[in-house]
Amino acid sequence: MSTADVSADAPRRPLSGRRVRFGDLSLQVVAGAAALATTVLVGLIVWKVIDGARLAIGNYGISYVWHVAWNPVIDHELYGAGSFLFGTAITSLLALLLAAPLAMGVALFLTELAPRFLRAPVTALVETLAAIPSVVIGLWGILVLGPALRDHIEPTLHSGLGFIPLFGTPGSGSSLFTAIIVLAIMILPIVSSISRELFLGVPHELKEGALALGTTRWEMVRGVMFPYARGGVAAALILGLGRALGEAIAVTQVIGGGVFIHSNLFGGGDTLASKIAASYQGSTTKLQTSSLVYLALILLVFSLAANITAQWVVRRVARRHGITRGGHA
Amino acid sequence: MSAVPHRLHLEGLPRRRAVNRAMEVLAWIAATIAVAILAIVVFSVAQKGWSELNLDLLTKSPIPFSLTNAPQGLANAFAGTLVIVALATAMALPVGILVAVYLNEFAPASVRNGVGIVLDVLNGVPAIVIGIFVFGLLVVGHGQSAFAGSFALSCLMLPLVARSTMEVLALVPNSLREAGLGLGIPQWRTTLSIVLPQTIGGIVTGTILAVARVAGETAPLLFTSSFVGTQTNWNPHHALQSIPVAIFELSESPDPKDHARAWAAAFVLLLFILLASLGGRWLATRSRRKLAAR
Repeated sequence: MSTADVSADAPRRPLSGRRVRFGDLSLQVVAGAAALATTVLVGLIVWKVIDGARLAIGNYGISYVWHVAWNPVIDHELYGAGSFLFGTAITSLLALLLAAPLAMGVALFLTELAPRFLRAPVTALVETLAAIPSVVIGLWGILVLGPALRDHIEPTLHSGLGFIPLFGTPGSGSSLFTAIIVLAIMILPIVSSISRELFLGVPHELKEGALALGTTRWEMVRGVMFPYARGGVAAALILGLGRALGEAIAVTQVIGGGVFIHSNLFGGGDTLASKIAASYQGSTTKLQTSSLVYLALILLVFSLAANITAQWVVRRVARRHGITRGGHA
Repeated sequence: MSAVPHRLHLEGLPRRRAVNRAMEVLAWIAATIAVAILAIVVFSVAQKGWSELNLDLLTKSPIPFSLTNAPQGLANAFAGTLVIVALATAMALPVGILVAVYLNEFAPASVRNGVGIVLDVLNGVPAIVIGIFVFGLLVVGHGQSAFAGSFALSCLMLPLVARSTMEVLALVPNSLREAGLGLGIPQWRTTLSIVLPQTIGGIVTGTILAVARVAGETAPLLFTSSFVGTQTNWNPHHALQSIPVAIFELSESPDPKDHARAWAAAFVLLLFILLASLGGRWLATRSRRKLAAR
């Protein structure tokens, strides 16, 4: 190619061509930078939390995770996450146990049973439950629910089922039990709205096929809908669990606090998240701050694990069913 | 599946019908419980908040450790929440939209999936951990500020705004993009002045829903903007009080007068959030239907 050709072409194309490409390129670069920044942000969160926990990690190592201690007295400082890990596990698992059957019931009601005029309003109402801020649920939990549980439910459970160590002596109303109920309320709308979408996705011909074989509606649900939606429902439950693990404010308000491992649900305790939130007014030493960040690190690991597992299950299920469904809650 | 009978068990029919009936009743009960919980919570807040609601709440400052009955309010918290949420929206909105534009208009499928997972992961990070992160990033060494609180809230808003914008962008018909490009309009102008304007409605409703979501967030603010004065302040370089943090602190107080103000503040907050999220949801279905009909 000769230089003359290029210069002859030059006045006509490249000027406008370059301007076009420059505009495209700059929008692409700016928008791409935003996407990159989001990715970097997630990395930064992980790095900052690890960085903040470094002092405690250096001091206690991995045994911090199961060590039961929280003693901020200077010169006798000793910290460990054991009791908070226990509190997190017992509250979020039992909350899930309470919420899961309720959520399935709500989802089945909304997809199979509800009269047409009830479907949209009840769906909207259940989703509204998810919009209530946790601090408001916590306020209600500490001032209304806690006292009600203490005065009515806890004594009944204790006298009737007191032989089970879970139902020990009723306490102040601020307890693991109240936290479990509050968490169950908070994850109910999440699990039920995802399950509802999954149930809506079950092909009609499968459901009608089962009914045509003479099954009752429940047998159709058990034999066709549950197996079909199984993976998605598992993901919904994991997402609910992740939400329960990470909930700080409402739990802090109702759980009562304390560093112990006991089987009595009516006693106080703390979860990882509630311990962090309850300590916001400051720590006396660097080691205490770092230990709090270590709690956040443990919490981050668990909630990321829950979330990524759920996303993975959702994507796998979506691929298998050949449908695309938003994986986010 | 074993639940599907291989042949008709006519003699078992009454029992099967009874089981079916029982399950239907249980589902009805579950739905009733869910709606009843919402009704009880909203009713409690409305009942206890309404009686405490007066203009003092919006105009007067709180008086710490007050032993008198002098009227108190939460003026500082209302001002602070406005500043913090407005700043958070200003930070999250442009970035969220740009992320959505990049993923929907430019990115190859693999990048779109990858960053999509990142958005979901960010959405799943507990709010309290975001608070600790911003504490480590901006507060240590510099002190708390409304700006730090806003940044924490914007981390929560970002995935919400990006996701909702992506959803509406996906609804814009490709023929519009092709028409723009076919007329010789460069891609960036097609995107900015043809595609994006179609999605304004969706972006606005997505933003309303995201604002409704973060306006009630307490956890990210505890470590970033909670050591506050009682006077009303609009300066984002200072730590500012906010409604959720005020409710949190008042709810832990032993003083019933504090509880009363907590209920009133909770009522205002809940009213705002419910109106915003119901309104946003309604607008969202409307604009989606409009786009999809095209």
